[in-house]
Amino acid sequence: MCGPKIHISEANFLKIKDICASFNNNPGELINVLHKTQEYFGYLPEEVQQVVADCLGIPVGKVYGVVSFYSFFTMKPKGKYAISVCLGTACYVKGAEKILDTLKNELKISEGGVTPDGKFSIDVLRCVGACGLAPVMTINGKTYGRLVPEKIKSILAEYAD
Amino acid sequence: METIKLTIDNRAVEVPRGTTILKAAEQMGIKIPTLCNFELDGLALKNHPGGCRICVVEVAGRRNLAPACITECMPDMVVKTNSPRAIDARRTVLELMLSDHPNDCLQCPKNGKCELQALAANMGIREIPYKGEQSNYPIELSPSIYRDANKCIMCRRCESVCHEYQSVGAIGAVERGFPAVVSTAFGKHLIDTNCVFCGQCIAVCPVGALSEIDNTGKVLRDIANPDVKTAVQVAPAVRVALGEEFGMPAGSIVTGKIAAALKAIGFDYVFDTDWSADLTIMEEGTEAIGRFKAFLAGDKDVKIPIMTSCCPAWVNFYEKFYPELREYPSTAKSPQGMFGATVKTYFADKVGIPREKLISVSVMPCVAKKYECEREELGANGDPDVNYSITTRELARLIKICNIDFANLPEAKFDSPLGESTGAAVIFGATGGVMEAALRTAAEVLTGQTLPKVDFEEVRGLDGIREATIPIPGVIDLKVAIVYGLKNARVIMEQIKAGNCPYHFVEVMACPGGCIDGAGQPYHHGDASIIRARHAAIYQADRDMPLRKSHENPEVQAIYKEFYGEPCSEKSHHLLHTHYFDKKIKFDLEK
Repeated sequence: MCGPKIHISEANFLKIKDICASFNNNPGELINVLHKTQEYFGYLPEEVQQVVADCLGIPVGKVYGVVSFYSFFTMKPKGKYAISVCLGTACYVKGAEKILDTLKNELKISEGGVTPDGKFSIDVLRCVGACGLAPVMTINGKTYGRLVPEKIKSILAEYAD
Repeated sequence: METIKLTIDNRAVEVPRGTTILKAAEQMGIKIPTLCNFELDGLALKNHPGGCRICVVEVAGRRNLAPACITECMPDMVVKTNSPRAIDARRTVLELMLSDHPNDCLQCPKNGKCELQALAANMGIREIPYKGEQSNYPIELSPSIYRDANKCIMCRRCESVCHEYQSVGAIGAVERGFPAVVSTAFGKHLIDTNCVFCGQCIAVCPVGALSEIDNTGKVLRDIANPDVKTAVQVAPAVRVALGEEFGMPAGSIVTGKIAAALKAIGFDYVFDTDWSADLTIMEEGTEAIGRFKAFLAGDKDVKIPIMTSCCPAWVNFYEKFYPELREYPSTAKSPQGMFGATVKTYFADKVGIPREKLISVSVMPCVAKKYECEREELGANGDPDVNYSITTRELARLIKICNIDFANLPEAKFDSPLGESTGAAVIFGATGGVMEAALRTAAEVLTGQTLPKVDFEEVRGLDGIREATIPIPGVIDLKVAIVYGLKNARVIMEQIKAGNCPYHFVEVMACPGGCIDGAGQPYHHGDASIIRARHAAIYQADRDMPLRKSHENPEVQAIYKEFYGEPCSEKSHHLLHTHYFDKKIKFDLEK
């Protein structure tokens, strides 16, 4: 009869400890810690949140409360190529929704999802500051502007590897 | 003190600076409705998020309506609590809440006790004009707590008690917008979290989102079963609270009526947990004296302070949060556990019933006791020592189901041989009671002298952390601490960890004021005067007893003679003591 066991690799465990230590394990820095942690892992799975909670000395429910509250944080891994579709006002008016629908049809996943091979993921965001190029999407930070649904297939083909 | 003059509903009022509009109005007899706002005055339970907006009032010159619970009075403020605008807004807020609230009041465990239902009645809600999406969460059962998140109105009282009062943090708000709800981390079952099953979330939940697991059906089934016999025990705090469920004033002592009601319901043997509370003092007191003596003899390994182990939520707490310190609490089982172990061995043998055919039931002010019943180590060969536990509220329901006129019921006595008790046992129901009961016995055993006065008033009271030095002449100046609320218990545990805990003996209870405000007691709806009345009644019940020291209980003396031998004997170690587990979350690191 013992408590629950959380499985995590030693390297990842130490990495999270380092991140928390760089914020002096201060629970007031939870959001910054989560930013850094997500930057490193790409997402915040349960075991990662457990270690963060342990390092900061707060209940894991508090960590999960923050992670589930902010849409920036995700518990799902991103694809190798993370697609972000801008749904800001300018992009939306210029037909961003059609771009999003085309991507979803092509990749057969919904927003927030990852393809089964882990290659692509789709997220939406609000404005990347390139309204002149609307509608816009980014793939791993590279910006694609003046999009029309017909262009999507060929752009995805650039990531065929 | 600086005061402020203002006008509320056309009447002038003067209040100290910092007073909220809600409190100022309350002083004037104006009851502004509230929902999320909650405070058990002086007992450390509170929740003031200003989130539900039921209490909005109109303030002259202010553009928007003000939430009365968190808006401070300002000089010359003109407040209207009942203007058409305030009433309309309040009604709209309530209608929106009701638009995503199940309409099953008639089957709801909080039916008749629900603050949302009462608000809807008071505000004359006749239809819900808003139609929309409805939440659809699965109902969750755990050993103690029934959770129906569909009924959650996000007042977050439960979150406040779980995080701020208990420092456990098993449940809290997650998600945002429509899916926002109070939940565990990752939506896990409570049993897989750090929840200690204190149930204070149930005690403060204004609606039916949180309630106790109901065992009344099991009781009726077992009583009707001709193949088994039933034995019931009743905890101390139940007798000062049950009357409230039948319209009696808070603090009514209904011990004799409870014994009569349990007999009328049909239990074969009606016993008293107070008997085993006295037994607990014999065991725990003897263990404590042994540790003090070793400590005074210079034993560096002895675990001091000794801590009480009666409260099942507290036991869960140290197993889950401080397993490395689990040798500090006494190994003595709780009174419920000692009773169960005795009734299924000594008593079953005495009446010639196999233990499996003797159903042992407890009536507790507590929901964590339900969890305790399910502990494998508290049983034999898979047969639990206490088959199941019901709360004070469930007993009230049983009495009503069985058509018993409780208020007019003639009093009866508990059965022998597990029914006799002393004043030392009944005070187990209040914070400081276990400590005082132990001191009454330990002082006499250590000095060999009769106490001139049995009252240890210095350990009584309703502050969350209390300390006292009790001189035991010629032996030790005993430094003791009494805490309730697990956040306060955490303070002591951290002191022990740091090696600077100044105490020899510590009592811990999870609930506000001890078991008198256990999560199985009648709902107090934030009225602290109810808890104070129960507290006073516990000490009245103590004064009313002819015997007031556990070691003088003739039925406890008899069982040592007949069965256990002496306190902390091999037999009592086997049946009346237990051991604790390391249930802390561990990281399993893969290379």
